[in-house]
Amino acid sequence: MEKRAVFSSKLLPYALLLPQLAITFVFFYWPASQALWQSFLLEDAFGLSSEFVGFENYRAVLAQPEYYRAMVTTVIFSTLVAAFSLSCALLLATQADKQLRAAPTFKTLLIWPYAVAPAVAGVLWLFMFHPSLGTLARPIRLAGIDWNPLLNGRHAMTLVVLSATWKQISYNFLFFLAGLQAIPRSVIEAAAIDGAKPMRRFWTVIFPLLSPTAFFLLVVNIVYVFFDTFGIIDAVTGGGPSGATTTLVYKVYADGRLGGDLGGSAAQSVILMIIVIALTAIQFRYVERRVQY
Amino acid sequence: MLKRNVWFGAVLGAALSGPALAQTEIQWWHALTGANNDVVVKLAEEFNAAQKEYKVVASYKGSYPDTMNAGIAAFRAGNAPHILQVFEVGTATMMGARGAVKPVYQLMQEAGEPFDPKAYLPAITGYYSTSKGEMLSFPFNSSSMVMWINKDALKKANVEIPKTWPDVFEAGKKLKAAGYDKCGFTAAWTTWAFIEQFSAWHNVPLATKANGLDGWDAELKFNSPLHVRHLQTLVDLQKDKTYDYSGRTNTGEGRFTSGECPIMLTSSGFYGNVKANAKFDYTSVPMPYYPDAQGAPQNSIIGGASLWVMGGKKPEEYKGVAKFFAFLSDTNRQAKLHQESGYLPITRAAYEKTKADGFYEKNPILQTPLLELTNKEPTENSRGLRLGNMVQMRDVWSEEIEAALAGQKSAKDALDTAVARGNQLARQFERTVSR
Repeated sequence: MEKRAVFSSKLLPYALLLPQLAITFVFFYWPASQALWQSFLLEDAFGLSSEFVGFENYRAVLAQPEYYRAMVTTVIFSTLVAAFSLSCALLLATQADKQLRAAPTFKTLLIWPYAVAPAVAGVLWLFMFHPSLGTLARPIRLAGIDWNPLLNGRHAMTLVVLSATWKQISYNFLFFLAGLQAIPRSVIEAAAIDGAKPMRRFWTVIFPLLSPTAFFLLVVNIVYVFFDTFGIIDAVTGGGPSGATTTLVYKVYADGRLGGDLGGSAAQSVILMIIVIALTAIQFRYVERRVQY
Repeated sequence: MLKRNVWFGAVLGAALSGPALAQTEIQWWHALTGANNDVVVKLAEEFNAAQKEYKVVASYKGSYPDTMNAGIAAFRAGNAPHILQVFEVGTATMMGARGAVKPVYQLMQEAGEPFDPKAYLPAITGYYSTSKGEMLSFPFNSSSMVMWINKDALKKANVEIPKTWPDVFEAGKKLKAAGYDKCGFTAAWTTWAFIEQFSAWHNVPLATKANGLDGWDAELKFNSPLHVRHLQTLVDLQKDKTYDYSGRTNTGEGRFTSGECPIMLTSSGFYGNVKANAKFDYTSVPMPYYPDAQGAPQNSIIGGASLWVMGGKKPEEYKGVAKFFAFLSDTNRQAKLHQESGYLPITRAAYEKTKADGFYEKNPILQTPLLELTNKEPTENSRGLRLGNMVQMRDVWSEEIEAALAGQKSAKDALDTAVARGNQLARQFERTVSR
């Protein structure tokens, strides 16, 4: 049977689409086109004078060695955050999906971190791992590690990866849990009767059935690490030490908002937008093939 | 066939409230928290109680950069506040925005308020004035950099209060031996301490053109042998934590009050915090210097923030702002503000009054920054600095200093790169401002 809605009026379907289109236009196309236009301008912070400079902002950005460093940092940061947050969430979700007495409590507690604002999450982690004030930094130091995220780039990276991951786990957990609960018990039971052990059941039955959720989360997580993590980075390290945690999106923020260089910042965000669009397209083209709906 | 038009209507409701306002409201956006926020609120309340025509409404807008950005964004959107508090490094950006701001000297003139620029301390207003001495913004909370000393710790390590940098290095080593092994000495606001104040205090140029005061085309110069020597020493001392890095801003200040770092260079505005939290005997002394550097110590420069009046407002609103500034300049009020908050007094009369009251004999700590600022007649290296894109510049300089301290670069390399990258930012600002 074919599913098709029949509208009596030609206008009605458009009218029904209008709110969604309006939102997309106002919150995506409008700002994106503004960013695109801004990226061709050289302007002071107050917008008192502006000059059309063509691709000069792009050339200036692409001539900075710091920009390429930020690209490498972004790759490392996003891979780590996406990998950790997806795998931890999957582990937690499979455990919470079991028959436990306190399962609802666990689930609620695991969802909480998502309600924490990025900057607050950053500050929380900053305090826990602050070299001299942190409750968790002390045991690390006692263990003989010279913990110093203020100067050691690796330590700083560890810290931002931890906070960004922690923040995202809840979200992923929620979707994985819903995905797991949507898998029919009978399929798993059938596999169990056929003699499949839990690990085998997971990889041959549960995970393939969970793949649409996993794929969706992969896309969302990549977008998250590319765009939404500057608040955490700003609160925890401010992009330091010495640029070790300056990702592309943090650089956009720092140059534009802190530096008042709107043109350069806009050029960077346009490049970033192109990168993310390309990444998402690649994911849909190559990763989605393996997804079983 | 029935045709139906679907209309999506949006109702805009504007709640217009009751009686017409007889008072003229003056919006004041600021960035002060804690005890300093109370000072702001109290000042607004006192002003509002003292007269009926105007009402100053103070709103907290986040950190210094946040407040400045909020002001800029509001200006672009056409609803800037009347008064915007901007930190000292934002001065050049505000000055460059002709048309967006109303110079204070003009404001006072037009409003007919009594205003004598000579009544203010030149070490403070110089930072916010043109080369002709026209005051552009109204200094509000000013501070300078001092060296905070944990006297108990020094006694324990049997160390005299250091005066010069070599003394400080020696003291740091002894303190480390006496158990302060995580941090002999440190500094908050790293670039302010080791580049900006360091240059002024040693009378070496940070940039040409009197550190930018005489023109936007200033070139950075802080990769001199003295600067390199100082940073290299810090790099060497960082290895065993005789010196330990405390970050770019003042987030590391707690290391002094907790007793972890017995010597710390930071703002004199740290006073309220120290008074409230330090459980040891403390004091503040002038910044150390290299005795072999000619002319050192010179004089320090100020930090803190000033109040900018935004452009495009109504004359009667400007009148209110002018009245408020006159109210702030009152000698008794300034003296009280200074004695209670630890900020520097901005008028000569308030300074003289506090001196005459014998306040400094009981509170020498509050006089330290004033002694530094007035130590010698300012030279072109120590009048102040005015560099565009300064907020971002500080970050770039910090990045390079961090790279040196982490051992990724030599001190010379780091400062050369910091100068080169800073110059790029300065050139970019010059282009947007001079058109």
